[in-house]
Formats: sequence, structure tokens, C-alpha cells
Amino acid sequence: MTDLQLPPRQRDVLGTSPTRPDAPAKVSGAFAFSSDLTADGAVWGATLRSPHPHARIVALDVSGALAIDGVRAVITAADVPGRNAYGLIESDQPVFADGIVRFVGEPVAAVAAADPTTCQRALDAIVVTYDVLPPLLDPEAAIDPGTASIHPHGNVVRHQRIVTGDPSVVGDVVVEGEYEIGMQDQAFLGLEAALAIPDPDGSGVELHVATQWLHEDRQQIAACLGLPEASVRLVLGGVGGAFGGREDISLQVHACLLALRVGRPVRMHYSRTESFLGHVHRHPARIWMRHHADRHGTLVNIEARFVFDGGAYASTSSAVLINAVTHTQGPYRCPNAVVDGYAVRTNHLPCGAMRGFGVVQACFAHESQMDRLAAACGIDPLDIRRRNAMVTGDVLITGQPVTSVAPVLRCIDETEALPLPTQPVGGDDHPFGRPGGAGLTSDAGNIVRGIGYAVSIKNLMYSEGFDDFSTARCTVDDGQVALKYATAEVGQGFVTIAEQIARSILGLDEVSSETIDTTVGSAGSTSASRQTWMSGGAVEGACRAVRDRLLSDIASERGVEPGRLEVHDCDVVDVVDGWRQPVREAVRGRSFSEEFIHRHRPTVRLNDLGQGECHTAFAFAAHRAVVDVDVDLGLVKVVQIATAQDIGRALNPMSVIGQIEGGVAQGLGLAVMEEIVQVDGVIRNPSFTDYLLPTIADMPPVEIAMIEEYEPESPLGAKGVGEPPTISSTPAIVAAIRDAISQAYPMARPLTRVPVRPHDIVDAISNSR
Amino acid sequence: MISPQTVDDALDALSDTPVHRLLAGGTDEMVKLNHGAQLRQFETVISLSRIPELSMWTLDTAGRQITIGAAVSWSQLTEAPFVEHVPVLAQAARTVGSPQIRNAGTIGGNVATASPAGDGLCALVALDAMATVRSTRGTRRVRVAELTTGPKRTNLEPDELIVSLDVPLTHGFQGYTKVGVRNAMVISLAGVALVVDDDRQSVSFALGSVGPTILRSPAAETVAANVLFGGTHLGDAMSQLAAAIRKTARPIDDHRSTAAYRRHAVGVLATRLIERALISRGASQ
Ligand SMILES: Cc1cc2nc3c(=O)[nH]c(=O)nc-3n(C[C@H](O)[C@H](O)[C@H](O)COP(=O)(O)OP(=O)(O)OC[C@H]3O[C@@H](n4cnc5c(N)ncnc54)[C@H](O)[C@@H]3O)c2cc1C
Repeated sequence: MTDLQLPPRQRDVLGTSPTRPDAPAKVSGAFAFSSDLTADGAVWGATLRSPHPHARIVALDVSGALAIDGVRAVITAADVPGRNAYGLIESDQPVFADGIVRFVGEPVAAVAAADPTTCQRALDAIVVTYDVLPPLLDPEAAIDPGTASIHPHGNVVRHQRIVTGDPSVVGDVVVEGEYEIGMQDQAFLGLEAALAIPDPDGSGVELHVATQWLHEDRQQIAACLGLPEASVRLVLGGVGGAFGGREDISLQVHACLLALRVGRPVRMHYSRTESFLGHVHRHPARIWMRHHADRHGTLVNIEARFVFDGGAYASTSSAVLINAVTHTQGPYRCPNAVVDGYAVRTNHLPCGAMRGFGVVQACFAHESQMDRLAAACGIDPLDIRRRNAMVTGDVLITGQPVTSVAPVLRCIDETEALPLPTQPVGGDDHPFGRPGGAGLTSDAGNIVRGIGYAVSIKNLMYSEGFDDFSTARCTVDDGQVALKYATAEVGQGFVTIAEQIARSILGLDEVSSETIDTTVGSAGSTSASRQTWMSGGAVEGACRAVRDRLLSDIASERGVEPGRLEVHDCDVVDVVDGWRQPVREAVRGRSFSEEFIHRHRPTVRLNDLGQGECHTAFAFAAHRAVVDVDVDLGLVKVVQIATAQDIGRALNPMSVIGQIEGGVAQGLGLAVMEEIVQVDGVIRNPSFTDYLLPTIADMPPVEIAMIEEYEPESPLGAKGVGEPPTISSTPAIVAAIRDAISQAYPMARPLTRVPVRPHDIVDAISNSR
Repeated sequence: MISPQTVDDALDALSDTPVHRLLAGGTDEMVKLNHGAQLRQFETVISLSRIPELSMWTLDTAGRQITIGAAVSWSQLTEAPFVEHVPVLAQAARTVGSPQIRNAGTIGGNVATASPAGDGLCALVALDAMATVRSTRGTRRVRVAELTTGPKRTNLEPDELIVSLDVPLTHGFQGYTKVGVRNAMVISLAGVALVVDDDRQSVSFALGSVGPTILRSPAAETVAANVLFGGTHLGDAMSQLAAAIRKTARPIDDHRSTAAYRRHAVGVLATRLIERALISRGASQ
């Protein structure tokens, strides 16, 4: 979409955009996703799930299933040899329901059989007798201590307050609003899939799986299997997207248990419908905020309350909540604040990580508030943001100083400076350019154009004292460089970047990456916008260590100080006497292997008043949305998104653009269409027929300004770029819709929920015609 | 799976195989199969894709009608010269799914599926189309509106095949418009087809996604005919028209939208179509 001006290509080093090693296979269809993996003698596995949001299992009869020809095994909670519980933060989610089911889709049993059809017949033949219990569906009720617990760990997963300065300060101007965010799905295209291969003697298992973090999976799987971690080996299967939805265990333990039981490889695949039930989603949230400012629009106090519905199990809810409450202020200075946040358990689908991780929700609320504040102060929405924009050194409401580069003002200014669309209101002649699109719904006279802005701050890496590290090994053997890491390549392009790093540091061009598996130390999760910084830092460290050994070997052979030798482009150079030799020749016959662990600086857990340096680093972005709205029908066509993003340094410009465009698409989805609908605890749209994702007919061009201010705390000067595009794009689009509506109906009620549904717009104008 | 080459062979197959499943483009049927509706044992799949006479449309200028084979694809209906003959159906066809779906999906499948959100079905009902339905027991001709009896229900017998759909050729404006939450590949939340017959000075409105079947709105048709042929002043008539349309609608609340929104939307869509009819008439005068 954006024209990319690349420098003339010489070497595939940092700063260029080489062809990704997986690109030809993905384009031609030859790429092996984890659902393509098979092994000799493999049988199939499938899962039986609860149809009820809350029920007691009175009886479970698997005899009918076992009697079916071709059925190899049926397993239930009774067959879990280790701990029948897993979870990323607390182990509260059973491998199979033990006595109680807590959400529609909770696994109750699994079968292995010769083929998928027989698996299905076996599932149909399992008789479960349920005693249906009243479901807990209201998150406010879950906060109430008088409500019966639906889980032994209690209904409140985490409660966190933040109190700073003098929260009783009252501003000259006060605006308040209540905001709602719907449940979004990661909707990765490569469905959950795994191949589990038991060791011949049954003492261990090898699992090929699409995941975001091999070592964390291994730890949880081993505990459930009752095996030492060394007996469980994980290999990354081809991953078709993740977006947070593969951080949690889904079919991993089931596949391993079945494989160990039947003594054969087991393949498991989810269907799209099962995928909606089988992974965590973005938390639906209700957020109340009250902003106080002086009459010029300078923030003086923020009050807020967050309620996140975590669904039946904890997953990462507590970390998501912390991200939300610590980002209450957005990228703005504010001396006083009082914030109250809850992440609670209900009998809804479990929620956990999704791109933006709690900050998406917070940003929709604070940016909606900034627009209200601008209106109340009679100031331009951009000016109020400029007036309050934070800079490096400012202290957050948690007491944490922002030490990262913080070019908030540049993000705002450079977004504003990007060209506006030339397309006339109502689009050109192609119906895709108009609200309603192919439905030939809107004529030019029905359409109003609106413009909106939003700005965001996002923490990078893991927070609150987590020991966050990444490992990588670099081996140089006769000029060939091999990189080894367990970093999950989920489509983001880490393999490409890792090899660029090696070329840049070593001056060698023949670089490859070894199998991504657990035979090297952990790389941490492919999430939190962290892998380029963290695993990139590990690859850089390992490559530097190899380079240093090479240079010191050469130095001692030449009898010079090692400090005189450097690698310039492809040559080893003695900076004193000008001697030079191509690295390729210098390494001939030599071999080196070095491992490096990269850790970011330590963080701490928040105290009871929400104070503490809990985050590692921050990145910023601004978005401008231009939308055409058919106000009378409530239909929206996003015409253009413009964004300036703080990226540190573009290690691979094409990858940055890919992340920005993809992130914008996901933010657009949340703004106007993507929502999992649950009624009485039952998901109503578990398919792409009714869970609508933006298509190319909905996706606008994206104008991009990359703000490159080298980040000194990052090993390569680069910041994570994956999440920010998803965060402020959503509120910018909603602001633009509000702008359009208010031009047609100045008295319309402001929109306060995402996704904005057509009927929300029609309702907003209903009493103001 | 059998693939008969003629309609007669298909009819024989239908009457000879007690357990069967008829497949045209498969764009509805395969979705059903993927969502748990398993093939029954000894079930024969009868494919309609190899029957040339089902996959073409013919123009009868003298009789002023077009006969569309049941297995004609949406793509065929979006091409010239069909588009000029029956614009309402061509516009409806263009709104269906994606290019892949339009290449595979058929008009007969849309009728037999009988979804109240069926885009082609809505246009056919506005056109007062007649279906030719055959079995080895005989042939019957039935109005498409009477073939569909409820949401996803028809009065087709298991051995019956929709062979073709007869659509009248009329002079006058035709249009189809629908509301969906995204710009393509979307099930309609509300759809309206308008067919104006200048010779008979009549108007027909069909409403999709606002009732158990596609609905006609005689009251709105009268209002619209008065606007187009009786000289009623537009300003007064538009709100009357929208009110009549909304009175006809019997929408429900579901996970896709609310009844109130659907009712509102069909009123807006109908008035927009009349505006387009007036503009096109202004342009042609
Ligand atoms: C992604 C996607 C998007 C879609 N978008 C739209 C849309 O925008 N608008 C819309 O209206 N529909 C849409 N559909 C639904 C579907 O494409 C249409 O209803 C299509 O017209 C069905 O035709 P088919 O030939 O594929 O039917 P099939 O799936 O082959 O058959 C459907 C049913 O009709 C029966 N049948 C087929 N032909 C005959 C016949 N000649 N006589 C008797 N019975 C018959 C079959 O037995 C079966 O029960 C969409 C579907 C998908 C998968």
C-alpha cells in the first residue's frame, strides 16, 4: 500500500528489506504449517467440549465411544497423570474439567481414532450428564464479595489501585464518560494444530506445535504429564499468525496425553469454530474515566475505574489489567490520579493476551476523554494533546520515570503533516470506496466525512519483576553462519531480522537459522512487542562474541592489539595500519560457537498504591483516521489512516510497514466490526460467517511516517513495532466517526463503545434529528 | 457421488436414491457439512455441475422473458448482456460473497436455501419470478415467493429439482441495495429490491432479512406507484413510503443486529431506491 523506497540492494544487512526466507514457500503454498505435519502411523485426536457455561458433571460414560471400531483411546480428567491444571500466571485451568465446567467449550474428554470422522463419532458417543448451574455473567457481580465463587481461587483475579499526588484536585473543566470495549478475537488464519510423537519407550514425547513460546509450553505440559521437562521436547510447527492467542495452552497437553496413551503419533487440528472456543480472547471491558484540566486544557487529575471480564480462567488477566491501569493517562503528563481496576472471573470465554494487551482498552477510553476535554475547553483536539504530551523524563502515575525516547510531539506533528486523501467524499465510482460497499447502499449525498486523531503509549517487554530473557547461539563454521534460538516465528519476520543482524555484525553473508525448538535456552514469548529487542539482542550478543573471538585470534596471529581490529562491511580491518582481509577468508578453517542471554533491566511489582517501576520501556504512536459515514444507516468506510510511529530504528523497513498495516487492519476491525457475541454465556458467532474481519474492500491506504530516534536502552536502537498500530488506530477511527456524525447531527450522543455497530450510530442520532 | 449430464438423468437419480444430497455450487451445502451436518451412511451426492442446460440462460424476446437455468452462477449474472436485461438481479448478484463464491454459487442454490437474507431470492421475489420444478412425477410451475415457506424452508419434495427460473423483461428502473457490516462478503442485515414496470405503471418492493421469508410490501408499492406515476409530491410520500415499508417488516433481534435497526434500515433503503428511480427517469427524459 505504501510505496517503499529502498536503497539499492547490496547486502541483506540491517536497514534493508531482504526477501524473507519463508516467503517463496508461503506464496507458493509449499510452506508446512503445523496442520500439515504428519508422521507414519499417526492417528487423530479430537476434543469433547462443554455445551454449558456452568454445570456440574454428574456422570461421564465413555464406554460407547470405546466400543466404536477404530477408536484408540478416550481420556478424561481421571487420565491426567500430573497436575490437572495449567495457566500462564496461576495454574487454575484444568486440562479436562474435573467435576465442574465453567465455560462453553471447556474440554471434558479427548479421543484418539484412526481418522477425523471416527473421532467425531466417538465424541458423539460419549455421554455426559450435566447438572446445569446458574452462570455468573456480570463482571460487576463477580466483584461483589457476596457472590458465590465459581472457582476455588475466587472471582476476583486481581484488584489494583493506583493513587498518586492529590487525587482530590478538581479541575476548572471536568469531563467524564463510561466506555465499553467488546471481545475481539485474534483470528489468526492458521488454526491450532499439533503433532505429538511419543518416545518409543513411552518415557517422553516430542510435540510439534504452533505456539508463541516453546519453553513456557514445555513447562506447563510437563507438569500436566507428570514428566520431567527434559522428557518433553517442543519443536515449532509452522505458525500462521498468533496475536497473543497462542500464548496459552490449547491442544498441547491433550495431544501429548493421547500420544503417550496410544503409543503412536497423534495429530490434532481445531476447526475455526473450535478455535473460537479453544483460545483466549481480548478482554471485554468497561472503563469509567473522569478527567480534570485547568481552563487551558492542562491535565490536573484523572480518576478511573476499569472492569475487565477475564472469563472462566485467569490466563494473563492480571498482567492485562496492570497494563490497562498503568496506561490510564495515555502519553500525557498528569500529576494526580486515582485508579481502581478489577480483572474478574465469569462463566464467559476465557480472555488473555491479544496485541495491545490491556492498553487497547485503556487507550480507547483516554483518547475518547481527550476529545471530550478538548470540546469542553474549546481547544482543537490536537492542541490539547500537544499541550499535555509527555517527554523523556516525565514521571508516570505509577511513579516510574519514562526513560525511553518519547517523541510524542513528533508523532502528533508528523501524523498531522501526512497528506490527506485526495479521494472525494463518497469515494470514486467504485462502490468499495463508499460505506456499504458492494451493497450499493450509499449515494454521495448520504455521506459525511469525518476526521479523528488518537495517540498512544505502549509498554514493551514483560513487566512487574518478571525475569524476562532471550537466548541465542551463533556458530560460524568455515564461513557459514548458523543461528540457533527458540524464538517463535509466528509470521512477524524474526528469522529475517536475526539473519540481517548476523550479516551486519559478522560481515558474512551466508547465514541460516536452525530448527526452532527447545534444544537451546528460552527466548521468551513472541509477544509484548519484545522479540526484536530481546531475541534480537541475544542474536546480536552471540554474534558479537563470535566476532570478538575471531578478531582476537587474528590479532594474536598478527601480533597486534585486538582493539585495532574491526569488521567493516565484509572485511576485517586493522584501523591502525590499514591491513584488511575479507571476513570470508579470515574465517576459513576456523570455527566458533557462542551463546548469549539477553536480559532487560529489572522491573518491580506495583505496591498497593500502584507505585513502582513496573515497566521496561515505552513506544509511542499517533493515528489520524479519515472516514466517510452514511449517518442515516450507520455505515462507515475508513478512507485513510495516517500514522507516525516511534520505532527507534527501522531494522527492516518492509517489516515495519507490514506490522503497521496489519496492526491498523486489526484496530479497524475492533473499531467497526470485530466482536465475539455471547448470549447467556453461549458464543453466537463462532465462524467467519458472522465474526467479521475487515477485507481488502474495508482496508484503507495507510500513510506512514517512521520516527527514527535511536533508543539507547535497546540493543539495536530499535523499539518493538507490533502493538502500537493496533492501539490508537481504533480510537482515531471512532473519533472520526463522531466528527462525521456531529456534522450531520450536532446534538447526537457521542459514541462510547467499540465496535461501533450500525445501530449504535442510528441510536446516537435517534433523538437528535 | 454422481454427476448426471442431463436433467432427466438427474431426475432419475433423485427418484432412485432414497438418501441423497443435491449439490450445485456447494457454497451453502459445504458450509453446512463443515459445521457438523455429517454425510449420512449410503448417502449419494448428486452434483448439478455437469448439466449444460442448467448452466445457461436464454432470452425469449417475443415472450418478454428470460429463463435462467438453476445452476447459472452469480458471475454469469453479473456479465453483459444479462446486466442490461435484469439489472435488479445483476445488482443482487454483485453483492453476493466474493469472486470465488460468485463463480461457484448458483441462483438455484440460493432459492433452495431459502434464506431470508438471500440476495438473489429478494430480487426474484420483486420480479415475481416463476420457478419450474420437475421430478420424474411431473413438472410444476410455482412463484418463487410461494416456493419458500419460512427461514431455510421450501415446499420442494426430496425428489424435486428446480430446473429454471423465469423472469419477466420490463421497462423501467430496477435496483437492489443491501446493508452489511463490511464492504463485501457479508450477509445482509436488510435488503430491498425494487422493480418498476413503466408499461403497467406498477411497482414492486421485496424486503430481505426482515421476516421469515422475503416480504412484499403492497402498501409501499401503492405509495411508490403514486409517486412515480400519479404525481404525488415526493416530500410527503417519502416518509409515508418508509413508514409503509417498516410496517411490513417483521424483523428479529439476533447476533447480527437488532430488529429496530433492520426495520429502520429497510425504510431508508426503500426511499433511496425510489430516489434512484426518479433520478434515472430524470436522466432518461
Ligand atoms: C463466503 C460466503 C459468502 C456468501 N455470501 C452470500 C451473499 O452475499 N448473499 C447470498 O445470498 N448468499 C451468500 N452466500 C450463500 C450462498 O453462496 C448462496 O446462497 C448460493 O446461491 C448457494 O448456491 P450453491 O449453488 O452454492 O448452493 P449449494 O450449496 O450447492 O446448495 C444449497 C442448497 O440448495 C439445494 N439446491 C441447489 N440447487 C438446487 C436445485 N436446482 N434444485 C433444488 N435444490 C437445489 C441443495 O441441495 C442445498 O440444499 C455465501 C456463502 C458463502 C460461503
